[in-house]
Amino acid sequence: MECTMVIAGSAGEGIQTIGDVLADTLSSQGYAVFTWQEYESRIRGGQNSYTIRVSESPMNAPTVEADIFLYLNREALEKYSQRLKAGAILLGESAASESSIVVPFKDLARSVSGRTIYANTIAMGALAAVVGVEQAALEKVLTKEFAAKGDEVVRANHKAAALGFDHALQACRDRCPWTFPKKEKAYYLISGNEALALGAFHAGCRFIAAYPMTPSTGIITYLAKHWEKAGVFCEQAEDEIAAVNMALGASFAGARAMTATSGGGFALMVEGISLSGMTEVPLVIVLAQRPGPATGLPTRTAQGDLLFAVHAGHGEFPKAILAPSDAEDAVHTMCRAFHLADQFQIPVIVLSDQLLADSRFSIENFHLEKAVRRSFLADPKDFTDYKRYAFTETGVSPRLSPGQGPHLVTADSDEHDEWGHITEDLVVTAPSMHAKRLKKISFLQKAMQPPLAYRTEDAEDVFCTWGSTKGAALEAVEALRRTGARVGLLHWSELWPPPVAALPERVRLWAVENNATAQWASLMALGYGRTVDKKVLRHDGLPLTAHDIWRAYHDLA
Amino acid sequence: MTSPDLFNNHVAIQWCPGCPNFGILTAVKKALAGLGLKPHDVCLVSGIGQAAKLPHYLQCHFFNGLHGRAIPAALGIHAANPQLTTLVTTGEGDCYGEGGNHLLHAFRRNPHITVIVHNNEIYALTKGQGSPTTPAGEIRSLHVQGVEASPLNMLAVAVAHRCPFVARGFALDPDALTTLIMEAVQWPGLALVEVIQPCITWGRHPLDWYRERVRPIPQTHDPTDQEAALSLLLKEENRFMVGCFYKNDTRTLFGARFRQRFGDATLALSAFPSPERTLELLQEFRPAPCT
Repeated sequence: MECTMVIAGSAGEGIQTIGDVLADTLSSQGYAVFTWQEYESRIRGGQNSYTIRVSESPMNAPTVEADIFLYLNREALEKYSQRLKAGAILLGESAASESSIVVPFKDLARSVSGRTIYANTIAMGALAAVVGVEQAALEKVLTKEFAAKGDEVVRANHKAAALGFDHALQACRDRCPWTFPKKEKAYYLISGNEALALGAFHAGCRFIAAYPMTPSTGIITYLAKHWEKAGVFCEQAEDEIAAVNMALGASFAGARAMTATSGGGFALMVEGISLSGMTEVPLVIVLAQRPGPATGLPTRTAQGDLLFAVHAGHGEFPKAILAPSDAEDAVHTMCRAFHLADQFQIPVIVLSDQLLADSRFSIENFHLEKAVRRSFLADPKDFTDYKRYAFTETGVSPRLSPGQGPHLVTADSDEHDEWGHITEDLVVTAPSMHAKRLKKISFLQKAMQPPLAYRTEDAEDVFCTWGSTKGAALEAVEALRRTGARVGLLHWSELWPPPVAALPERVRLWAVENNATAQWASLMALGYGRTVDKKVLRHDGLPLTAHDIWRAYHDLA
Repeated sequence: MTSPDLFNNHVAIQWCPGCPNFGILTAVKKALAGLGLKPHDVCLVSGIGQAAKLPHYLQCHFFNGLHGRAIPAALGIHAANPQLTTLVTTGEGDCYGEGGNHLLHAFRRNPHITVIVHNNEIYALTKGQGSPTTPAGEIRSLHVQGVEASPLNMLAVAVAHRCPFVARGFALDPDALTTLIMEAVQWPGLALVEVIQPCITWGRHPLDWYRERVRPIPQTHDPTDQEAALSLLLKEENRFMVGCFYKNDTRTLFGARFRQRFGDATLALSAFPSPERTLELLQEFRPAPCT
């Protein structure tokens, strides 16, 4: 059984709480849940939506059309009316059509407490009844959600939820086919930002500095909330320039360190990326993309900063670009990011986006044992005369941290000699040092992981995707295959330098991206000498869906 | 006490011959030695400019980063390894201009680091433009009819924000400067030491002009008195007054809560969390148990 619920309302009406609690409840019943949100950049008002997709096994990709539509006000219904499936059940305070289930949320709320503050809990209870989850399961999640606010608040929420539940149950008898009885299955339900933060922790990160910027803020928020358990030093910087330089300072001192931001903040960090390249101090930056240019659409999603990331930083130096596709991949990508940053002493940029950051994914097993974790810090005992920038076969010099022993550790943003002192020697030292850094690129490229190839063996059309569009692309491949179409998928989680890969010949390649200019396609041309034949691009601030790919395939193939 | 010679190295110095920066270099070495520190106990952090080259001219760990960014880099280093004695050497263009925001927020954070600002009232490395402390009216290459903007009085700003140690030194009196830096490095909290460093290439006055004007803070001044310190610093005629204006040892240190919980150990990578620890954190994302 599968179902998509859309909860729509103004900021401040509590759709986030309704969505989170419902998602947790369905998850607690053993179902796979995927949620995604789109919202306006404001604290109160506007119209936002929270979409819950529930299924027997994980379908970690966005759906748009609602089987059940809960609207907390009339404007929400008008705004999202195009998101209703034929025959969708509408749930609201007033009848919108024959298929409406009417529950007077605010009136019932007044009957509980004299005020309307429990209206969203009543709506939550009503939605639980419509989708067919047990009331007891909802109550358990509510208890957990409101435990910190005291027994009285928990009791009032239980009462409100029960009122909404009973009210809706009477109205939806025989009309709602869904039922989600308890199953013996358990998935983690975790957002992309939380998974990125946990991945950083697992990778040994001990320091994060960041300036709040949607949609990246959840990463430092998670680490700050759990600082005592995780042992991560969290610093809210005065700006993104400070954030990246703090991370570099901590990394220079031997700590695995990171920062996280979005496009505008990343623009400010660019000098730090170049500094990481020159000083060979490892750096991990999460760039959570949203539509630009400039402030753009601050709370929406896009994959529009790939080329910016690839080209970020003045001068020529190696860097790596990774792009996790879901919450499990986010954990492993962060481990990879710290690993590559450390191994090659370079900046590594992890491209997330609002879809990945805010969505909650159902993950059965994180397979933590598969994460390769290794320290590349050298042993001070191995040196008598230590040179921080010693010339080596691979261009990677043994790295010590200051305070590890008697050896002096240096970092210099000027061109420098092997000891890290400024040089103006254009004949030997400067060109050799430049060549030493660039030498790392070929070794780095060999370390990059190749794309996932899915059903490409007999494919005539191959979708080429990266980052958060993976779930939608996989779903589209499955759906199209069921209709006999010979389609396959190449999906990159590691993008730059382009990993060595043999792309299938004699197929049509499709760029499938959440941007307007097919940025990965232009890098494929650069890296693989291959031009894409077709493009499926979405750039309206909303996530690309399997349905978009399906439709484009039928229009263009 | 160690020997200042321990901090000598063989790097050719790029400063103009006779530059008062040499006096600051001598004072830094003597102060570090006077505190019994060894080169590997010390990390100097700098940005860009003539002052920012100082870390290259003595034996120690150093991070010579970007223009204006010495303070955030130093914060990161200090957060990761508070056992290192961390100093920032910077100019007023670097620290008050390009990186001014970082200094303001350092006043709030209060890390235990020392910031030595070589104040020559000029952009020297880029050949004589006005700086954040150039006196109004002074003719400079981009201000052909005189600088219109007023100079920053950063020591007054520091005192207004209760920066724990606020002092001014004179590069041509390295002995007094040594004493000031020693006290600054030991002082628990952020120490700002602005040093009058006349520019012998682009400056408008001979060195003796400065020698005639520099004078100590009156002995009657109580440096724990914030209002008294501020009132000294707000008088234009006191801009050549040297010594410690303000001291305060009551403020919470940067990272205090973290260090109280985890001690002073370095955050340098030594081991990875066990998968069990990560799984423990992941439990939060397991659905609520149903009974």
